[in-house]
Parts: sequence; structure tokens; C-alpha cells
Amino acid sequence: MARYESVLDACGNTPLVGLPRLSPSPEVRLWAKLEDRNPTGSVKDRVALWMVKAAEEAGRLRPGDTIIEPTSGNTGIALAMVAKLRGYRLVCVMPENVSSERTALLRMYGAEIIFSEAAGGSNRAVAVAKEIAAEHPDWVMLYQYGNEANARAHYESTGPEILRDMPTITHFVAGLGTTGTLMGIGRYLREKVEDIEIIAAEPRYGELVYGLRNLDEGYVPELYDAKVLTRRFSVGTRDSVLRTRQLVEVEGMFVGFSAGAVLHAALAVAHQALKAGKRADVVFLVADGGWKYLSTGAYGGTLADAESALDGQLWA
Amino acid sequence: MAIEVRIPTILRSYTGGAKTVEGSGDTIADLLTDLDSRHSGIKARLLTPEGGLHRFVNVYVNDEDVRFLGALDAKLSDGDSVTILPAVAGGAFAFAAAHALRG
Repeated sequence: MARYESVLDACGNTPLVGLPRLSPSPEVRLWAKLEDRNPTGSVKDRVALWMVKAAEEAGRLRPGDTIIEPTSGNTGIALAMVAKLRGYRLVCVMPENVSSERTALLRMYGAEIIFSEAAGGSNRAVAVAKEIAAEHPDWVMLYQYGNEANARAHYESTGPEILRDMPTITHFVAGLGTTGTLMGIGRYLREKVEDIEIIAAEPRYGELVYGLRNLDEGYVPELYDAKVLTRRFSVGTRDSVLRTRQLVEVEGMFVGFSAGAVLHAALAVAHQALKAGKRADVVFLVADGGWKYLSTGAYGGTLADAESALDGQLWA
Repeated sequence: MAIEVRIPTILRSYTGGAKTVEGSGDTIADLLTDLDSRHSGIKARLLTPEGGLHRFVNVYVNDEDVRFLGALDAKLSDGDSVTILPAVAGGAFAFAAAHALRG
């Protein structure tokens, strides 16, 4: 039944949709888990809901409390919705000059925004959020990069949904950000499916993201455990854009650019299976729809134009 | 055997500012030794004192992470492309940071 008591209850149970045209053969098939079909339009609704529920159950969060989180993307938007409905104040910390669509969405849901200086990048925003949380011991930082409920959301919901809908799954492919999606779904599928391959597609960001002063400023999310993965790909912006456009043109799926990066890796493993003469059901995760990225202009024009339009834009 | 190696901004002080350099070797370990013969010091930045890959360094052969291909023993062939990148916080957040830095 597709009837729910509230928008929070409508989180999850997203469709798994085949790609009849992009699948290499009848024996090697691609399937998209469409996470844009969640209440605020991204996979992060599951994460926000699970992290808030876990904090409530642990007694860390009580009605009227303040949540602080370093985020400017889908997690912030999802948290803002969950916080509004469950009676919390949300403060987001993000670098200055993020796109106006994102701050507008966050403010629409009632979130407050604290900007950290641009030059410090994401690492600085995480540090600022930690400092502010230390000054306000009664505020709660859910911290998705290290919160076990992030991965558990996928272990308990997304993973079981995928196996229920595709018992013959051989490969699972998703994007690598906080790593929660791959850790949660990966662990669940490894327990249930013999020889399953868990594949990470990591969008290759613009130069500036990698412009650290020294290597010790690098960061690996606390949730990450390399043993869960079978393979890990870095996908450049051009390939991500090409695949994102292919999904619209060939299969009619209008998705965000991170899904293009994920499809690129999914196609690589699918064609390797085809070459090896093996059957395969490759499930890949679409984290969000294309709406928030329309203003980049990267859905039209030449690939080179799209590539430079996306350089420095939010798309994963 | 020619292998194209992409160097991140943070390590270009070792390559005279070059974004890409050429190298050779049958494995990643061989390639790093070869690079170090022309770009002295670069190998020590990428490896730990114990000789493993630095925790905050990711190396990719034809876009695939070498940690899943045998790490320093990962095999290389003529024409392969190797990319070296620092590990950074992923997802939308990293891009927000890039956008912010650009202003």
C-alpha cells in the first residue's frame, strides 16, 4: 500500500527501476534505486530520520533542543525537514558563498545558517561546528561523517529493500561521500549474498577541493571501512556529465550529477561481466534528482561547457 | 614504458609546477621509485615511514583505487594513467568548499 500517516512515514521504500536500453544484454542488467523519491528529494532523508531517532532514543535530544551540523547539501535539507516536524531548532555551519538555492531551501524549512570563512573549506566548517558545539554543551551535533546511525539507516532500510526487490543482485554501486550508504548497504548485502561486489564511485572534484596546505589536512570519514568495498573508482566531471545526460536521453531519468558518476562505474563493471560471459544484476543508487542542479546549465550545451560550469558547483 | 601521472596541486613543488609527468614501472612501487629519481622527495610524501601508502593519499590506475588492486604491488601497463589525490571530506560538502574558495 502506498498510503502513509505523515511525510516522515513516506521516507524510504523507493522504486528499483530497470534500464532496458543501457543494460548491455538480457543477462547483464542495470537497475537504478531511485532515492530522489524521498520526501525532500534525496537519499539523505533516511539518514536524517535515523540519526534524529537514534539521538532521541539515547536521550540526547528532547523537544525544543538545538541541532548543529556542518552541511550545506542534501543532509542539511533533510535534517531541516525532520527537525521542523519533530520540534527541533537546526543550525547549519557551511562555508561562505554556497549557492543561493541551498540557503533558500534551508531557511524555508526554518534552519539557521552560520558561515565559516571560505578559505578554510569544508574542513574549516567541520572544525567551526565542533567549536560551537563545545561552547554550547546542550546543543547536539549529529555529525553524519561519524554517526553510526547514518550507515545503520541503510543497513536497516535501503539494503533490505534492494535485496527484497532484486534477490539475484551481483553488484551494488553507489557514490562515496560520508561513506554511510556504501558501509550500511554493503555490510547488509555481504551478509546475505555470496560473492556480492560492493563498488564505490567517488566524484573527482575540482582542483580547489584538493588544494590542501599539507597532506595531514586530509580527511577520511570515521565511518569508512575499506574492507566493505570490493573496488573503488574515481570518476571525472566529464564522465559524470556524459552519463547523467545519457540517463535523461536514453532512459528518461532526470537525476543529479553524482548519479552519472555512479552509472559510469556501474557500466564499467557491467561490461566487464559481459566480456567475462557472466550474468549480472547491477544495482546502482541514484542519490537525488536533477532539479537542484538545473541552474548550473550543465544539462545542455557542449560537454566542455558543462564541465567548466560544474567546476566549483554543488553536484554530489 | 610510458605512464602518465597526474600530480595534485599540493605536490607540484616536486615537479616544478607540472600537473602531469611521465614515469615508468611494472608496479606502483616501481613507478614511485622512478618518479623519485627525477622528482626527489615525492616518494617520501606519499608513503608512511613503514613503507605503506599515506592514509590521506589516494592513488588511482585508470580511475581505479590501487588499494583494491594490490596497493603498491598493483600492476601497470604501457599507456596507463595514474592519478594521485589527497583524501578530503566527500559529498556535497567538498564541492561547497570549492565553490566557497572560488568566491
